[in-house]
Amino acid sequence: MAKRIEATDVTAYYGGFKAIENINLTVEPKTVTALIGPSGCGKSTFLRSVNRMHEVLPGARVEGSLTIDNQDIYDRDVDVTAVRRMIGMVFQRPNPFPTMSIFENVVAGLRLNGVRRKSILEEAAEKALRSANLWDEVKDRLGKPGAGLSGGQQQRLCIARTIAVEPQVVLMDEPCSALDPISTLAIEDLMFQLKDKFTIIIVTHNMQQAARVSDRTAFFSIEKTGDPGRLIEYDNTQKIFSNPSQKKTEDYITGRFG
Amino acid sequence: MTTTVTSHRPQPPAQPLTLRARRLPAYAAPVIAVVALLVSAGIVYGAGIGGPVLVVVLGALLYLGGLYAAANAVEGRRAARNRTWSALIHSAFVLAVLPLASVVWTLVSKGSERLDGNFFGTSMNNIGARDANGGAYHAIIGTLEQVGIATLITVPLGVLCAIYVVEYGRGRFAFTIRFFVDVMTGIPSIVTGLFVLAFWVLIVSPWFNDGRPGFSGFAAALALSVLMLPTVVRSTEEMLRLVPAPLREGAYALGVPKWKTILRVVLPTALPGIVTGIMLAIARAAGETAPVLLVAGGGAAINLNPFENNQSSLALFVYQQAGEASKYSPARAWTAALTLVALVLVLTVAAKLLARRNRLGR
Amino acid sequence: MGESPHRSAHAGTGGTRVATSHEWPAGASARVAERSGIPGIPDNGLGGGGGLPRARAFGAERAFRGLTLAAGTTVLVVIAAIAIFLIAKAVPALRDNTESFWTFEGWFPNDDPPKFGIGALAFGTVLTALLALLMAVPVALGIALYLSHYAPRRLGNALGFLIDLLAAVPSVVFGLWGRDYFAQPVADLSAWLHRYFGWIPIFGDGPYGNSILLGSVVLAIMVLPIVTSLSREVFRQTPTANEEAALALGATRWEMVRTAVLPYGRPGVIAAVMLGLGRALGETIALALTLGSTYAISFNVLQSGGNSIAANIANRFAEANDTGRGALIASGLVLFAITLIVNITARAIIYRRREFTESAA
Repeated sequence: MAKRIEATDVTAYYGGFKAIENINLTVEPKTVTALIGPSGCGKSTFLRSVNRMHEVLPGARVEGSLTIDNQDIYDRDVDVTAVRRMIGMVFQRPNPFPTMSIFENVVAGLRLNGVRRKSILEEAAEKALRSANLWDEVKDRLGKPGAGLSGGQQQRLCIARTIAVEPQVVLMDEPCSALDPISTLAIEDLMFQLKDKFTIIIVTHNMQQAARVSDRTAFFSIEKTGDPGRLIEYDNTQKIFSNPSQKKTEDYITGRFG
Repeated sequence: MTTTVTSHRPQPPAQPLTLRARRLPAYAAPVIAVVALLVSAGIVYGAGIGGPVLVVVLGALLYLGGLYAAANAVEGRRAARNRTWSALIHSAFVLAVLPLASVVWTLVSKGSERLDGNFFGTSMNNIGARDANGGAYHAIIGTLEQVGIATLITVPLGVLCAIYVVEYGRGRFAFTIRFFVDVMTGIPSIVTGLFVLAFWVLIVSPWFNDGRPGFSGFAAALALSVLMLPTVVRSTEEMLRLVPAPLREGAYALGVPKWKTILRVVLPTALPGIVTGIMLAIARAAGETAPVLLVAGGGAAINLNPFENNQSSLALFVYQQAGEASKYSPARAWTAALTLVALVLVLTVAAKLLARRNRLGR
Repeated sequence: MGESPHRSAHAGTGGTRVATSHEWPAGASARVAERSGIPGIPDNGLGGGGGLPRARAFGAERAFRGLTLAAGTTVLVVIAAIAIFLIAKAVPALRDNTESFWTFEGWFPNDDPPKFGIGALAFGTVLTALLALLMAVPVALGIALYLSHYAPRRLGNALGFLIDLLAAVPSVVFGLWGRDYFAQPVADLSAWLHRYFGWIPIFGDGPYGNSILLGSVVLAIMVLPIVTSLSREVFRQTPTANEEAALALGATRWEMVRTAVLPYGRPGVIAAVMLGLGRALGETIALALTLGSTYAISFNVLQSGGNSIAANIANRFAEANDTGRGALIASGLVLFAITLIVNITARAIIYRRREFTESAA
């Protein structure tokens, strides 16, 4: 299921602005990798270039090579929609489709893939909602609007929607930043369970969270505003938080800057 | 049960084994287009059922079908749908541009024929069917006066009404007003014309007009203000709602009474947006023909007094000239139309530019 | 327009815009409060000790409030007055009518005895409006989507501005163009349609000229910019987050439009279409210039003929005597009722939908 992602010299632009430069890192299957760093250092940009969501913004483009199990994601014959089905994404703010019910939200991805049979959809929806630890809370109101749930439930609904299409990799862009501590804890628990099946990359501002959930941590930083973000250090989480090899990393995690 | 279902549909989320997808080559779409046109031309001329227009229409349909079939065969159903809808959406655009461009082209080319000083300096008084000159001075005066009076009536009324709905109104009554303002937006202009005809021209004005119905520019202004009122109320309402609450609270906390807060703080903040709405309402009113036709009476001579005797307006002038038999009237009609459109567009563009500068934004 | 693509990409999220909108009003409030606050202090008489001043029963506050209430009430009064005065003027004419107002196909209110019927007019009004919407709405939605989600951003904005301007072009211009320059192509089309599709009843025999087809096509062209402009505005407001959610699930562009944009915009589109319908039903001059002014109910859309309530009022007003005016006012009353029903239905739908999406959002 889960796959390895390799980034080689990845550079991403917004129009004329270079957001990240020469990022090299390898993400192992069935691990949680955290991307940390100060605001504007390009963590989210890198994350979005992994499933080609970066290019959705006008004028945005990516150079370098990104592979998933040795297939280049940015190859000319590659189908963007296939990439995004293989590499799912959870966003910063919960974004369930406002006009759809909980059930419709979960199966939205499957329906796009042409699955019409009600029994398959129901089965998949239950499976995804159970995996997202949401089933017990919503099983009696699957027909209600997805946007009627609490923020934390909505975010788990979005996770369920993402894993319902059974991707190989799940990207999470600060999934807990809009949530209260209890909901955050629920989502962190969920990540532990999900890494049995998926490769997870998570962007977070919260260093405790990175330390709690991730196996590997990548620290991004920028020299000054307007400069492109660079990968400063990438290592086992424990190493980064206990004995980083770079001075900058140490400064950041001890709160001396950022 | 699930096993039987999944047996003929392998795995619900049909994960792609490879990221690579077979793509239609870049030259495919133009090739299909050319083939479709050729086939269409063959069919149309072969069967002798039409001319070049039909070739293009049939060719476009064949292109859509061919594109779908080709994409379906190579790229799969989803990509094929995506391509076909994309082509449909683009063709909708082309389809609409043709007539609209024709309208604009006709307007400019025909309208510039009589764009001279005589047109803007004279009226249609004593202009017969054989006279090439004659102008719209009286109509321009009429439009300006009628729209001006209508604005004077509507703006205070509309703004105050919006203030009531947003700042004071509570419960059912305010809701009723909002609802009927919405409903009023949909009242046809001819109905407002008939209303003023029944109410003002036929019932009220005879009292001080020796018992004769008094067609006048003022009556037209009344009808136009009924049309403008809902637009002004709605846009003002929207802008007032955008004024942030802390602003009001800041003024209350200084001991400023509510009415003063509204007049001195809320209204100035929302002003650019309100002016935009008013200008759009004026632009629409200036282009209305039907109510003016019914209650202003028309007229060929210059009448500066909007309260007595018949008046014309630019829109009405266009309509009247369109109905004349003289060979010179089409040119006058088109030039008046061009003048009217220019007036309306200046108002609209100014309103849009003002809206762009408005920092309350939407 | 002058924004860099980078900035305008973020403008869609709304977050930054709220922040900037707060900056300026805050400054303005300080400025305005100073001006209004200082002269107010001496009047209050707060400096002298003693109790707080009592609220005045008839102060400026009450007066202003009353003024706004009166303005609000005016709207209701006007709507009621429209109904009352139209009825007052219509009833005498309806009483004099010697034929059935609902079924008689003809309009002779100036004769003695007066004879007139609304049937054919109401039929023509509804038919032209529906045909116009049938043609305009799919195209308008296509253009709106093109401008909001397919065209490059700058081009979309520029063309959108142009469409907004076209929406402001007075109807008399469209009518004039339709009669003088569009009648011939439509007549050719009519002849062709009759020749090859004559077996469909609506494509009957000629003569071809000012027909229902011409009227409704001109009406469609006229309504098109209005519906496009409003729908584009609605589509543009689709939350970027939802569009990205759809794309991240592996949706193609069309699938993204179908899952995120169209459902979100549905109430707004219904409102736009209803507004277009209201315009089409009430359109006077464009139809007065392009319909054939006959008084028969016929589904043959190609043949010269067709009429609508509003066009009939414009055409017959000049020659109308007292009864004639009353008859026209009566027909206007019917038009008023039709548009009122359409409007109230539309509002009801929109309010209900809005409640659903708002509670959901």
